[in-house]
Amino acid sequence: MSGVGSTKPQAGDAGPVGASHHHSARATLLLSLADDELILGWRDSEWTGIAPTLEEDVAFSSIAQNEIGHARALYELAAAELDTDADALAFDRAPSEYRCAPLVELRLIDDWALTIARRYLYEEADRVRIEALKESDDTELAGLAAKIDREEVYHRLHAELWAARLRDEPRFTAAVDRLWPFALAVVDPPQREELARRVGRPSANLAQTSERGTHTSDLTALWEEMTEVRRSEPGAQW
Amino acid sequence: MTVYEVFRQERKGQPFAHAGSLEAPDAAFADAWAREQYGRRGESEALWLVPRTSIHQVTDWADEFDLKYRRVDGYSIKARLAEARERAGATKSGT
Repeated sequence: MSGVGSTKPQAGDAGPVGASHHHSARATLLLSLADDELILGWRDSEWTGIAPTLEEDVAFSSIAQNEIGHARALYELAAAELDTDADALAFDRAPSEYRCAPLVELRLIDDWALTIARRYLYEEADRVRIEALKESDDTELAGLAAKIDREEVYHRLHAELWAARLRDEPRFTAAVDRLWPFALAVVDPPQREELARRVGRPSANLAQTSERGTHTSDLTALWEEMTEVRRSEPGAQW
Repeated sequence: MTVYEVFRQERKGQPFAHAGSLEAPDAAFADAWAREQYGRRGESEALWLVPRTSIHQVTDWADEFDLKYRRVDGYSIKARLAEARERAGATKSGT
């Protein structure tokens, strides 16, 4: 089922695997979803030990771990199609081959307002996306979306509590304003008005969004760190 | 901020046992945080979150007349059984 002309990735091969533009639409979608969850899970776990309160620290780290669990399940679906494995997809691609939205790449450590604004906007975008996926004709993907959604309920509970509490705080509203063009690009254009409505923005029409497929410079440093151990011992079994 | 005492039921039908406490601005945050802290590893069937201020604590006791019979350790059943056997002329072997 892999796209015509795709480079078959080799499990354990330390080099980059096939470029995403050669993958089928389904594989590209799965990688987009998985990369979003992996990179955001990675970013949010940077708060472990330094979140605003001990309770939030535990909860935020737990949610970050869930997102990485979702990424693994999505990579496994993609891997079955691309004849590789989840780790190869997560770690053996070049930064330019990742399909994540720029929103999740941003290094926001030490700014809790931006971090919680991202978590809120991401959860709202993810909800719009997951609701559509649950209706998909692809029963495997629809089933996984429903399973993921049962955990996301609690992520949304957490994110919406924060958003409701900080709604009138200038630092939070400024953070939401700054991240909004990034958040829009998490979902496909036809879903953007729905996202705007859910987060109470007047419109999804923006002159400039940070579209999926483009990357911020923050991703490179994250990738270096994230893949460092795997690259240090190519082909090792963990 | 309010301190919530967390009671955890491990399996259905078991009594709730004190698991710890957490500090939250309101019940909704306490709910969200307790779920992640006490419920993410399949370790809980249910949680009770109780504001510490709702707990009425009792620590003062009066037992001036040393009424040992009220206590579970007040009776030495073993000694009384031995006495009873002796009176009955029991011939049970052993010490």
